[in-house]
Amino acid sequence: MRDVAVIGIGITKFGELWWQNLRELYVEAALKAIKDAGVDHLDSMYVGCMTSGLFCAQEHLGSLMADYLGQKHLPAYRIESACASGGLAFRLGYIEVASGMSDIVLVGGVEKMLTGADATFALASAADQEYEAFHGNTFPGLYAMIAKAHMTKYGTTREQMAAVAVKSHDNGSKNPNAQFPLKISKEMVLNATPVADPLGLFDCSPVSDGAAAVILCPVELAKKYTDTIIKVIGSGAATSTIALHQRDDITFLDAVYQAGKRAYEVAGLKPEDIDFAEVHDCFTIAEICCIEALGFCEVGQGGPFSEAGNTALDGKVPINTSGGLKSKGHPVGATGVAQIVELVEQLRGSAGERQVKNAKRGLAQNMGGSGGSSVVHILEVQ
Amino acid sequence: MIVPRHYKEMPQRYRLQGNRCKACGKVFLPPRLVCPCGSEDLEDYSLSWKGKILSYTIIRTPPTQFKYQKPYAVAIVELEGGGTVQCQVTDTSLEEVEIGKEVEIVFRKIFSEGEAGIHCYGYKCRVV
Repeated sequence: MRDVAVIGIGITKFGELWWQNLRELYVEAALKAIKDAGVDHLDSMYVGCMTSGLFCAQEHLGSLMADYLGQKHLPAYRIESACASGGLAFRLGYIEVASGMSDIVLVGGVEKMLTGADATFALASAADQEYEAFHGNTFPGLYAMIAKAHMTKYGTTREQMAAVAVKSHDNGSKNPNAQFPLKISKEMVLNATPVADPLGLFDCSPVSDGAAAVILCPVELAKKYTDTIIKVIGSGAATSTIALHQRDDITFLDAVYQAGKRAYEVAGLKPEDIDFAEVHDCFTIAEICCIEALGFCEVGQGGPFSEAGNTALDGKVPINTSGGLKSKGHPVGATGVAQIVELVEQLRGSAGERQVKNAKRGLAQNMGGSGGSSVVHILEVQ
Repeated sequence: MIVPRHYKEMPQRYRLQGNRCKACGKVFLPPRLVCPCGSEDLEDYSLSWKGKILSYTIIRTPPTQFKYQKPYAVAIVELEGGGTVQCQVTDTSLEEVEIGKEVEIVFRKIFSEGEAGIHCYGYKCRVV
């Protein structure tokens, strides 16, 4: 296995991008990444996307995106793992470069969710269609069930969950690409329109359009393109039951734990060695459960840990410096790749107002469904 | 939902027809061909129609096909004798739905699908 570096990044604005369609979003991000890296060709491409079929009636994205990127004949693969599609695409691109099969690989992620299609219905296809969605449950509903159980088992409060959203919006207010770069108050979260009890509108990530892309190559080759080598030092992926009710403990995201454990093992690191992280905060309770499963705090203590400021930009372990899915936006297929883009910005020291001091190692954790799949990567600046 | 896809699920939805692993005793709905313990030795098993609420939510922003039902409660129910299901809580005021409450499974219409309006039936639960 060869060492692999990320040498280029590109991202679009996230939000309601009515003037851009699926292919334009993807190509904008991909061209930015290609120019940022300075490469003159690609060997292959991975496209992370959850459900362009339901949102845009468009599948066959490998062909579509290679064609419109001006890369006819390029081998291109579309990767789907619900909201973890982007993270999984990155892992497969990493494996292809590490294996020696290809030298220069583009990994992109895209989702065009604001098309008039019923987003709640489309997203519910990431749940067990016949045994969860059939009964009228939704993604906010599934995470609301996790929240109710977490509150009952550990005493987690609505105020602690609100603190997660307030912190993410503080960070997002410093990110020019964020969909909602606005600061919010705890009262706004607590008094927001209820979506699925106990979660309100401000506990939920938004419906978004957007794309992100990165370029991977072997570390040896990376020296030709850049002096700042950002190496992928850990990668892990795992699955769990697709239906929430078939899990032994619905408050513990076991796929996140397993993916994290594998990534830490590959990197030879422990949670305390990580300087900052992007985690999959599709809902406030999800961030709490993810930081627990990744070992940043004790299991059950994610609520008080967040409320005490440990996850803020200047906290013990800054979480979601980009604003996270909550403030930056969550175009589902793009999210996992966008997390890698934020890691690279931080490790290059180019994150501007939201720069974490002495950021040497960052972790990105992407998750599909109610925790049915998860992907974790650890990047380090050399 | 299309008719053949729904038809396949009728034994599970109408009679809670699942199966049970003879090696480790775990109960499944829908039935599985292989148990996570590795055994392929499973027997037919009808799940109990009594259980208790493990967790729940009140859906206030439903998908399109449930829009006339909102708000409604959805719960994870642990059934006596093994197995868990997710279903709506019916015949019960939303204030009465709580973790730990005992429920019984009842047969109900779940929703009507698409332009053809195919009625889809299955199980819900109610607090006893």
